[in-house]
Amino acid sequence: MKRVYLDHIAATPLDPQVLEAMLPYLQEQFGNPQSLHSPGQEALAAIQEARSRVAQLIGAEDSEIFFTSSGSEANNFAVKGMALARREKGQHLVVSSVEHQSVLHSVKSLEKFGFSSTLVPVDKDGLVDPEDVKRACRKETALVSVILASSEVGTIEPLTEIARVCRSAGIPLHTDAVAAAGNIPLDVRKLEVDALSLAADQFYGPKGSAALFLRKGTRILPFIDGGIQEGGRRGGTENVAGIVGMGKAAELALTKLAERRERLRSLRDRLIEHLPLKVDRVYLTGHREKRLPHHASFCVEFIEGESMLLNLDMKGIATSSGSACTSKALKASHVLLAMGIDHALAQGSLVFSLIDSTTAEDIDYLLDVFPPIIDRLRKMSPLYTKFLEENTK
Amino acid sequence: MIYTDKVMDHFQNPRNVGVVKDADGTGQVGNPVCGDMMTFTIKVKDNKLEDVKFQTFGCGAAIAVSSIVSEMAMGKTLEEAMKITNESVATELGGLPKNKLHCSNLGADALHAAIEDYKKKKMGEAASSRPKETAPHPEECHCPYCDGPLEGLEGICSSCHVELEECPHCGNLTKKGGEKCAKCGAEMKAE
Repeated sequence: MKRVYLDHIAATPLDPQVLEAMLPYLQEQFGNPQSLHSPGQEALAAIQEARSRVAQLIGAEDSEIFFTSSGSEANNFAVKGMALARREKGQHLVVSSVEHQSVLHSVKSLEKFGFSSTLVPVDKDGLVDPEDVKRACRKETALVSVILASSEVGTIEPLTEIARVCRSAGIPLHTDAVAAAGNIPLDVRKLEVDALSLAADQFYGPKGSAALFLRKGTRILPFIDGGIQEGGRRGGTENVAGIVGMGKAAELALTKLAERRERLRSLRDRLIEHLPLKVDRVYLTGHREKRLPHHASFCVEFIEGESMLLNLDMKGIATSSGSACTSKALKASHVLLAMGIDHALAQGSLVFSLIDSTTAEDIDYLLDVFPPIIDRLRKMSPLYTKFLEENTK
Repeated sequence: MIYTDKVMDHFQNPRNVGVVKDADGTGQVGNPVCGDMMTFTIKVKDNKLEDVKFQTFGCGAAIAVSSIVSEMAMGKTLEEAMKITNESVATELGGLPKNKLHCSNLGADALHAAIEDYKKKKMGEAASSRPKETAPHPEECHCPYCDGPLEGLEGICSSCHVELEECPHCGNLTKKGGEKCAKCGAEMKAE
């Protein structure tokens, strides 16, 4: 059976060059970077080189990169660490309503320790208005965190404008760039953010390897205490192979990004334009233009996401959904609800995210198998029957 | 795979999909808010279910549950059909993921609602003959938010720390202070 992988937001395949770079550090180069002997020092040199490459990907300095085990950890580290480091100034947080759960739940955790928070709304395309961020900020706001691009709807937020608001208010700004980094050009100096999370598995690097950029001079509490690693801010023996892999993936992303972005954008547009022509009552979610180049997300009316996802999988197509049934928590995507999409429609969420090897044939295959699946599921749906009855009367 | 082969079989080849023509009874349960909604229509002849059809908006489990309920009920007397429980449906399917038990396993309820509807319509019977609805999972409850086991009703899930309260409309647990019940979708406006 033909297999088409359209779930970039869940994981990207490992680039063979990345694997090659990692292998020695899983085999003969096993030294601990903190050891003073040669095997240790060689491992240290390898992670420092990786640090430099990750820094280059986002225009940072080497000393501003802190490796973590995941994007979620980087988000926890930033939100909790930066907020707690500034708690004498105030215990108020401002975050957008479309943040990843790792940001939202970090905020919830802080609320148990006396912090309060303001959720900034988004418009129907999932865009945050920088003026709303300005209104939400108070004298006692310790941190603002706004996602750079949503993995659920692909919308890219106006971070430069939001950073301007934060800068003039004197409040540090973190951005979760996990879905964006390595896929669109990012420069932390131009963005003027104080902290930024990124993860290797979103740009053809290994899972379990991610990083937090922290602008020099930005205060943060250590996330894992008791180690000298990562400047004492994130203790624990380094995941050397993973870090080396992230470094190689960052280097490759920098060279391939422009070409990859153009190519995937045109395939993405083909999908966005043709899917609603193939099936009626399918709606694009997220902003049409300001979106990730590899991201096409929709809501299909009258049917539920998991049933579509399973049917697509039977045709060899791997995708994601933000429906309640596909989430373990059985809640519809908070991102879709924040955009004003009603519960029933949000249940029909589907996210197609393209990878480097996606071809025009893959997109055409999807466009071919999609309509009969929807037709079959709609015939099974009481909501569709009701709709048809109401429209034939 | 999170589902058993039998669930996948019923999901891929659902039996008795559709709406019975000139149905004698119709039952509907669930709400798109929590992801699942089921409609059963039945045809009754000589106190037996001559035809049973369903329509379902929902996940793989919800579709499989509806399908197997229609199969289990077909040809049964009304009394026998009323004895089909959500638990027996889950067992018949070889089990369901824990977090789907509360939300998706509503097939027997939908069938019973259709039978009740028939009785009301045709026989003018009071709904009192309906067996008292039991809580779906009295022994082992799971948090609707994190799938962690719920011990007692202290109002907070020990696994994910979500504060819970009973929905006044359907009696199931939902998040305290939430806008809508996770189970029945009813508004949960704080007084």
